[in-house]
Parts: sequence; C-alpha cells; structure tokens
Amino acid sequence: MVSALRGPRAALAGAAFALLAVPMPAQVKPGDSFPSIDASVLAGGPLPVTSGKVVLFDFWASWCAPCKASFPAYSQLSSDYAGRGLVIIAVSVDDSPDAFAAFVARMRPTFTTVDDAQHRLVGAVQVPTMPTCYLVDRTGKVRFMHAGFHGGQTERDLRSEIERLLAEGAPAP
Amino acid sequence: MSTKRPSIALLAALGLLAAGVAGCSTASAVRVRPWERGALADAAMNPDRDPLADAMGDHVNFSREAANGGKGVGGSGCGCN
Repeated sequence: MVSALRGPRAALAGAAFALLAVPMPAQVKPGDSFPSIDASVLAGGPLPVTSGKVVLFDFWASWCAPCKASFPAYSQLSSDYAGRGLVIIAVSVDDSPDAFAAFVARMRPTFTTVDDAQHRLVGAVQVPTMPTCYLVDRTGKVRFMHAGFHGGQTERDLRSEIERLLAEGAPAP
Repeated sequence: MSTKRPSIALLAALGLLAAGVAGCSTASAVRVRPWERGALADAAMNPDRDPLADAMGDHVNFSREAANGGKGVGGSGCGCN
C-alpha cells in the first residue's frame, strides 16, 4: 500500500490530509493577551476607553437564557466598580441586529453592549460555552475566565477577582 | 487486454480530498460552535412543542404499533452553561 503512494499520488494524499488538518484557533485562556478589538466590525455603539482599565468582556446572545440572568448582575457590578476603573463590554453574538437591539432595549444594561454579528471577535476568542466572560487586567492580559453564568456564585467570584485586579493599580507608563 | 485497478490507497486519498474540498472534513464544518447555536435554541426546534400533536402521535403509536412510552429524550436548546 505504501509503495502505491509515490509521485502524484503521494501529493494527492498529502493534500487530502492537509485539508483534514485545518487547525482551529486556540481558545483564549488566563495568561493570554485578549485579542485586539476591531470596532469597525462591532455594531451597537462606541467602545469605551479600556487602556489602563480592568475590563470584563462578556460574550452573550439573546437566545441564551443564562445570559439573560447575567445582565442584572453585570449592571450591579458596573455601578459598583465603574468609578474605580472597571469597564464592562458585553459582546453579543446574535446574527440578527433586531434580536440584539430588542434584547438590549428590554434589559437596559448600564454597561456597553456591542454586536459581533460577523463572529470575528468571538471566533478569535473561541469561547467554550455561552455565556463566557473574561476579566482582563490593566495590562491587557486575561486573568480570569468564567464559562457559563451560575448566579450568585459567579457574581461572588467576579467581585472577588475584580477587587483583586483593581487593587493591583495602574501599570507603569 | 488488462485493466489496471486503482489501489485502495489512491481511492482513500481521493475520498479524503473530495471530503475536504466539499468542506465536510474541516473543523468548522463538523462542529457547531457555542455561538452558532441560536437556531437550536429556537422554540421550533423543540419536538414536544405541541401537546395535542404529541397526544395524537402517542395514540397512533399505541393503537397501530402497540408501542408506548420511550419518549424520555426531547427538547431543544443551545447547550448553554
């Protein structure tokens, strides 16, 4: 069988296996730098300044029930910590701009919401489940991530982690 | 006159190549990612969404095929959390 794969046949087989081996982008994990955000592909509003801030990126969708449960908690976190340097950016993965807009109008979040309808950012991050949030420190490095939203437990964990990151202070210029 | 039959290895390679070109074997094609499950979460994907149709189907299964039960798995969803 091996002797049959020579010359053009070997090239053909190589091409076939190369197609099979298309790599998926790696998931962003704690310790990694969070991918840069291209505001031009995100609909929904201007992005806040994140330089030197602790940023919570939340990936959500209007069809995801735990995402709906998480929004009041994030609104509370935003009102509690925004003054100390926390920025929350909730990135929707909804294909439909109407579904995104209706969800935002219904939930009235006090933090920034944008729509990644083309799945560029979520594709770069490769979230493991919906919702998933990432806590990014003032240097732009992912420090904590939460796959799923589990009510009070997730909120308590986030509070503790946000306090820790805010206490680290601004990076040296 | 003798005809030369293609080897199994060549046929396998051709099959893999065809699958790859058709998009059937790439990682993106074989796995629905968590952020692509909006359609799965739609109510229309729930096979138990109509109680009347469920009852009628159960009746037909029981009266015509003597089959009953075995419907423990159902529902739709995005697989969130």
